[in-house]
Amino acid sequence: MSTGLSLFIIILTLANIIACYVLIKWSSKQKANEAAEGNVTGHTWDGDLQEYNNPLPRWWLWLFYITLVFSLVYLLLYPGAGNFKGLLDSNQMNDYEQEMSEAKTKYGPIFAAYTKQDIPTLAKNPTAMQAGQRLFLNYCSTCHGSDAGGARGFPNLRDKDWLYGGDPVAIKASILNGRNGLMPPMGAALGSGGLEEVTAYVLNLSGRKADPNFVEAGKQRFDSLCAACHNTGGTGNMALGAPNLTDNVWLHGRSEGAIKETIAKGRKGIMPPHKEFLGNDKAHLLAAYVYSLSQ
Amino acid sequence: MGTPSDQIENSSSDFYAKHKKVYPREVHGLFASLRFSGVLTLLGLYYFIPWMRWDGHQAVLFDLPARKFYIFSLTFWPQDFIYLAALLIIAAFALFFFTALAGRLWCGYACPQTVWTEVFLWMERWVEGDRNKQIKLDKSPWAKNKLILKSTKHTLWLLFSAWTGFTFVGYFTPILELGASLLQFTLGPWETFWIIFYGFATYGNAGWMREQVCIYMCPYARFQSAMFDKNTLIISYDDDRGEPRGSRKKSADPKELGLGDCVDCTLCVQVCPTGIDIRDGLQYQCIGCAACVDVCNEVMGKMKYAKGLVRYTTENAIHGIPSRILRPRMFVYMSLLIFLSAALVYSMLIRLPLELDIIRDRNALYRETNEGLIENIYTLRIINMDEQAHRYTLTAGGIEGVKLILAKKDLYAKSGEVITIPARIQIDPAYLKKIGYDIEFILTATDNSELQVIEKGRFIGPLK
Repeated sequence: MSTGLSLFIIILTLANIIACYVLIKWSSKQKANEAAEGNVTGHTWDGDLQEYNNPLPRWWLWLFYITLVFSLVYLLLYPGAGNFKGLLDSNQMNDYEQEMSEAKTKYGPIFAAYTKQDIPTLAKNPTAMQAGQRLFLNYCSTCHGSDAGGARGFPNLRDKDWLYGGDPVAIKASILNGRNGLMPPMGAALGSGGLEEVTAYVLNLSGRKADPNFVEAGKQRFDSLCAACHNTGGTGNMALGAPNLTDNVWLHGRSEGAIKETIAKGRKGIMPPHKEFLGNDKAHLLAAYVYSLSQ
Repeated sequence: MGTPSDQIENSSSDFYAKHKKVYPREVHGLFASLRFSGVLTLLGLYYFIPWMRWDGHQAVLFDLPARKFYIFSLTFWPQDFIYLAALLIIAAFALFFFTALAGRLWCGYACPQTVWTEVFLWMERWVEGDRNKQIKLDKSPWAKNKLILKSTKHTLWLLFSAWTGFTFVGYFTPILELGASLLQFTLGPWETFWIIFYGFATYGNAGWMREQVCIYMCPYARFQSAMFDKNTLIISYDDDRGEPRGSRKKSADPKELGLGDCVDCTLCVQVCPTGIDIRDGLQYQCIGCAACVDVCNEVMGKMKYAKGLVRYTTENAIHGIPSRILRPRMFVYMSLLIFLSAALVYSMLIRLPLELDIIRDRNALYRETNEGLIENIYTLRIINMDEQAHRYTLTAGGIEGVKLILAKKDLYAKSGEVITIPARIQIDPAYLKKIGYDIEFILTATDNSELQVIEKGRFIGPLK
């Protein structure tokens, strides 16, 4: 906030408080044309319903003054008056960090104890897996689904088909460091005829119906353009995250149209790194939970 | 109102009046006894209930962290809050009914403000003596005797208030644990706060604020007056019989002196907890405590006059018109009261201690499996609110060809447990005629087929 704006806010806030004080002071005194206490004010409703000027108790007036004092004390202690941070130096970021560290001291040891066990052992521990499921529902289910079955573009974690490896180390590495998958667009290199042929070959790899006239030509194109990543015969490469194309598992859609689009336009898949966010212990437990799903 | 000289005196330059302390005189009689038994019963219940045990738990406990509310054999969950709403509606209609029938019964006999103030008055009288002694003491200069009496009174009040605050928190934290941690000085910050806050509110309201709560703060006090009609029981002074008022010898014949029955002893003013004169007519400050009725009857008895110069009556009766108890509004309030109470009891009786929540995944509308089936994902939450553990079976229906796959086969929940299970619904797209379907999840306890919940869900498929 600029100094000018800060000053403007301070002046406006204080002026308001002073104005409230003046208003209370002014309105607590009787005006010349007003009815005295205990008298009728002269207001009449429904013909005969009259209003008396009955005084409020004095402490009621003090309540007003107390609110003014309260607001001044508040402005002194907490942020509110422009750039002034308040004497308590309280802000939401501090509060958040404090609560997080409290939670860490409270729950940290539970996760730390799990980290001492290796992932396959942990995956057989029902209590740990309940906790793992809760973590998964909190942090992972938004993309991978509550049942870890994935969605289009987000891998299914329940099957035995792994892009980057399904051993405990690989799963934990995926969670901690994230993954960046990239399928480059091949549409321009293949041309429309080439696209038909490669699509037919890819369908054929999973044993699905494809035009036999295209399959053979598709294989040749595949070997020269695609095999570098997807391996000869389309078995994939876990080091690159290049999917196995022979298992009828389709990350970006199983229909012929979807496969064509994948080849022509390419795909991008990002698993964000969670090392900073979750820390090693939670990632360990999550890795065990994910590992348990496909056992 | 008032003479011209009063007005000049009153027209101070300040709009706010200094509070004048009311010293209610002790009163005995039928209505005082009624209030006495009311105070004893209500406060007795308040202080005793947290110590009661039931089925191995505190009989009445509102366990906020666990979101479970135990009331004897019933356990309520946040999902049952509708019952609280119903209870409050019933309480509101009961207030309407009794107020229209007999005025501010609630204020005079049952309101916590009245009840606690009464106890504080007892303590005040016990330490400082009766009304006259209290007035004298307050006027006397601060000397040793006054200091001792005042500090004794406030110590008593504060101890009683602290116990009240402790009891209040005992409804939310098991009172035995609370007592133990109080003795060991290990109370949590919120427990400490609420004991002090509630205790301080009791001390302030019953010790200092008293009638000002009713006059300036209480909304019910105001809207109850709005429910009065000419057939409502009110406490009223019989003008025709009492006026002209005046003191006289007990032996004198009032007719000879040209006086009414009111001996102008001002006892009705002295006993009034809100400091009004009932002879001025019905006033909004009147909480209907009937202290003036009791004391006036006593005086009338001594004078050998008929009782009831100040009495429970109706505006109609006092003007010689017969009052009607059975008025249309009474029937309306009464039938609503009966209907709502019966509905509440009935719905509590048929309450199922089982709940199923269906939470549909929001990331993807649907998923296509490798076999080409359309799949929706749900998170199911099974809440076993029963006293026993149960095993359940879950089925899905609503569209032909639907198949439910659960991540966990064995649906077992202990008493009071909430289990979370991801579930999938699969269907062959050939069955799907439109984009969305309402489907049903049917959860049944294996040991009791009546323990069954049917919950609606939504299934979404691709746009054809």
